[in-house]
Amino acid sequence: MKMTKKQYQQYAESKADKSKLWLDMFNAFWIGGLICMIGQFFLNTYMNLNFDKEIAGTLTSITLVFASALLTGLNVYDNIAKKAGAGTLVPITGFANAVVSPAMEFKNEGYVMGVAANIFKIAGPVITYGIIASVLSGIIYLFL
Amino acid sequence: MDYIKAFVVGGILCAIGQILIDKTKLTPARILVIYVVSGVVLGTIGVYERIVDFAGAGATVPLTGFGYLLSKGVMEAVSKDGFVGIFTGGMTATAGGITAAILFGYLAALFSKSSEK
Repeated sequence: MKMTKKQYQQYAESKADKSKLWLDMFNAFWIGGLICMIGQFFLNTYMNLNFDKEIAGTLTSITLVFASALLTGLNVYDNIAKKAGAGTLVPITGFANAVVSPAMEFKNEGYVMGVAANIFKIAGPVITYGIIASVLSGIIYLFL
Repeated sequence: MDYIKAFVVGGILCAIGQILIDKTKLTPARILVIYVVSGVVLGTIGVYERIVDFAGAGATVPLTGFGYLLSKGVMEAVSKDGFVGIFTGGMTATAGGITAAILFGYLAALFSKSSEK
């Protein structure tokens, strides 16, 4: 196959992009999967302690959020995130990381306009759209 | 077995997020918004409940699970309290996770060294 230099470069880049995507997906898969498995461990543990299913689920979320805040504070979570990509973004630990990171980052602008104002910089949109969607969901449910 | 299901389903949900990161220019905040809203939609039509029954934490830990919890909370509150449930259900169901995020986020900022700028 004859190719110009430019064509070859494009071909090589598209191949590299493809293998990069598969590698990224693989890392996101196993690291994200592992976080969910840890969640399952806490869920089972809390249910074995005779908490009902919903309370056990809430306790699991709180535990994962705490672990994520701790690891973010120790600068560990963001290092894992460099490799994991969506694997550390999509789980609730990623949501917690999105709350903790700006809170820490803006500390030097004070506790009100720095920490508190920026704590929901990323999580704010998530909660806003989540709540609006849930209101629509409630309206649909009410009238059906 | 529940660990394997959680691993595989949770992993797949994360891998889908990775495709969005690599193939689109969506920011992490937008991806999280998409996940939560998808969870609400799938929860409302009753699909996500089945995924949760199958995969446990593999479906509840990803942020779609947060959306599912919002929809579940709002529908339960509407069946119990009627109209006002639209306003109370979502927040009530997700209060634990949100409060934990605020509290631990604040504490992390309190105890961290101020980054120099």
